[in-house]
Amino acid sequence: MSPTQIAIALWTVVLKEIKRFMRIWPQTLLPPSITMTMYFIIFGNLIGSRIGAMDGFSYMDYIVPGLIMMSVITNSYSNVASSFFSNKFQRSVEEMMVSPMPNWVILTGFVVGGMARGLGVGVIVTIVSLFFTQISVEHPILTVAVVVLTAALFSLGGFINALMADKFDDISIVPTFVLTPLTYLGGVFYSISMLPEFWQGASMLNPILYMVNVFRYGFLGVSDIPVGIALSAILAFIIGLFVMALWMLERGKGIRS
Amino acid sequence: MAEPALSIRGLTKAYGNGFRALKGIDLDVAQGDFFALLGPNGAGKSTTLGIVSSLVQKTAGKVSVFGIDIDEDFARAKYHLGVVPQEFNFNQFEKVDDIIHAQAGYYGMPMREAKPRAETLLKDLGLWDKRKGSARMLSGGMKRRLMIARALMHRPKLLILDEPTAGVDIELRRSMWDYMRRINREEGTTIILTTHYLEEAESLCRNIAIINNGEIVQNTSVRDLLAQLDTETFLLDLSRPTESVPVVQGFEVQQIEGSQLAVLVKRGQRLNDLFQQLSSQGLEVVSMRNRANRLEEMFVSMVEHSNGGKTGAPTQGIDAAQDASDDREGARR
Ligand SMILES: Nc1ncnc2c1ncn2[C@@H]1O[C@H](COP(=O)(O)OP(=O)(O)OP(=O)(O)O)[C@@H](O)[C@H]1O
Ligand SMILES: [Mg+2]
Repeated sequence: MSPTQIAIALWTVVLKEIKRFMRIWPQTLLPPSITMTMYFIIFGNLIGSRIGAMDGFSYMDYIVPGLIMMSVITNSYSNVASSFFSNKFQRSVEEMMVSPMPNWVILTGFVVGGMARGLGVGVIVTIVSLFFTQISVEHPILTVAVVVLTAALFSLGGFINALMADKFDDISIVPTFVLTPLTYLGGVFYSISMLPEFWQGASMLNPILYMVNVFRYGFLGVSDIPVGIALSAILAFIIGLFVMALWMLERGKGIRS
Repeated sequence: MAEPALSIRGLTKAYGNGFRALKGIDLDVAQGDFFALLGPNGAGKSTTLGIVSSLVQKTAGKVSVFGIDIDEDFARAKYHLGVVPQEFNFNQFEKVDDIIHAQAGYYGMPMREAKPRAETLLKDLGLWDKRKGSARMLSGGMKRRLMIARALMHRPKLLILDEPTAGVDIELRRSMWDYMRRINREEGTTIILTTHYLEEAESLCRNIAIINNGEIVQNTSVRDLLAQLDTETFLLDLSRPTESVPVVQGFEVQQIEGSQLAVLVKRGQRLNDLFQQLSSQGLEVVSMRNRANRLEEMFVSMVEHSNGGKTGAPTQGIDAAQDASDDREGARR
């Protein structure tokens, strides 16, 4: 395919993905907005005022970046996981497989679609947070970079999950048993400096901790961990997962008998 | 001569469970041909077409499309292919328009070209009024036509149709035949179809291959195949029941019911002889028809023969296990 044709094909996949989550917005955009509003009210407003300062910031200001990140992570992941799995289940993935579109275009299309949903929800949550507090961003470029990379990383994760899944249950296992606990333990609601030494060390093995912290650093200028290392780790994961997803697609894993 | 539109050599397929669905088949389909691939359930038709369209991975063998080996440049081969699979494979929740336009996009066709093309196809296939609705609201026959329109968007030179007229009513089937004939004749599109309606193969196709248990048992022109038929069974309805089976010199006659006879007519025999003898016995024939489609008889005998005299379709293999997962996405929307 010529570069123009590739661009058209890629845009077609992206647009189809965006149309999908817009079409079913009550399932895709509304629930995270409501949940996050609840978090802001309960943890930020009601309980937060009793917790007092965290790393020198009001508790509300401290959790806003974490909650935005949490919604980006879960929405990117579940968008690609359920969309690709449903394409597989309904066999409409065959529409793409019979076409001359290269596999990397299919993969990139789905990933960009997942990023669009994750970042879209991130923007909605940010807007909601403005009703509760004022946010200022210390390092805008870093903030945007880290949230975009995180969205890409979890979209890729969702894609691999969907390729391996045989039934709908298989795409909710990882979000429920892996992503949610890691996010909760990833310093969204607390600073790991509050933990005993052993648990601080254990927390350092949690990749989500790095993303939440770098993102918070972008907003507030404080972080529990070194920013450079975190960014390089995210990039390395993205490359690794992209190669893995592409390899699985080439092999026809889960889609070709 | 030009390259064949499709050339298959020594194609074998063993599925993951070890089942050998294709046991080394060879097949050539010339450019511009209208070709039928026939065979009983589970013979390996969809497997063959699935390999050609990249949905199934072959185990061994060579496939080339207009001279392009799919192992060397599948992407370029795919340009020439339009695929209408046996089972519905579009997203039921998408709009007809979106499905069609997206397909063009996957082939790199810009929207300004895709729109008029889609309009022509949707109108030709009687789906224009339905374009704004979601695909799940189409009837079964409309869904098939949607898949045909979708497959034609990028103007493929080879159209592969896996049971395109399954579940389509007679009137519509005829109009689909006309349509397929038209694109074969006017646009020179090579067409390969599988079907269980022998009449369809007889009236549409020039060449034919019969596949059974993963092997090609016959590959010839429809005309030659029919010429091989040396007997034909006619059913005769009499004006009134007869007491006993009439004896007719030179013909084998059976009584089906009181007033219905089955007569085996061999090639070279004259029906006049038959009627004269019946009239002389005071029997009046009110109507007459073939017992089965001629090709059908041929087909049955050929399949039985290649099964080693056993009748009935082979029962090996598994059904696609789809039942385990419930369509939650469907239920939620
Ligand atoms: N994914 C699969 N795994 C294992 N066996 C399969 C698979 N798909 C098909 N088969 C088996 O391969 C054989 C050929 O199947 P295929 O679908 O090619 O038949 P067909 O000629 O298209 O039949 P039909 O007329 O019923 O559509 C069958 O025995 C079938 O059970
Ligand atoms: Mg089939």
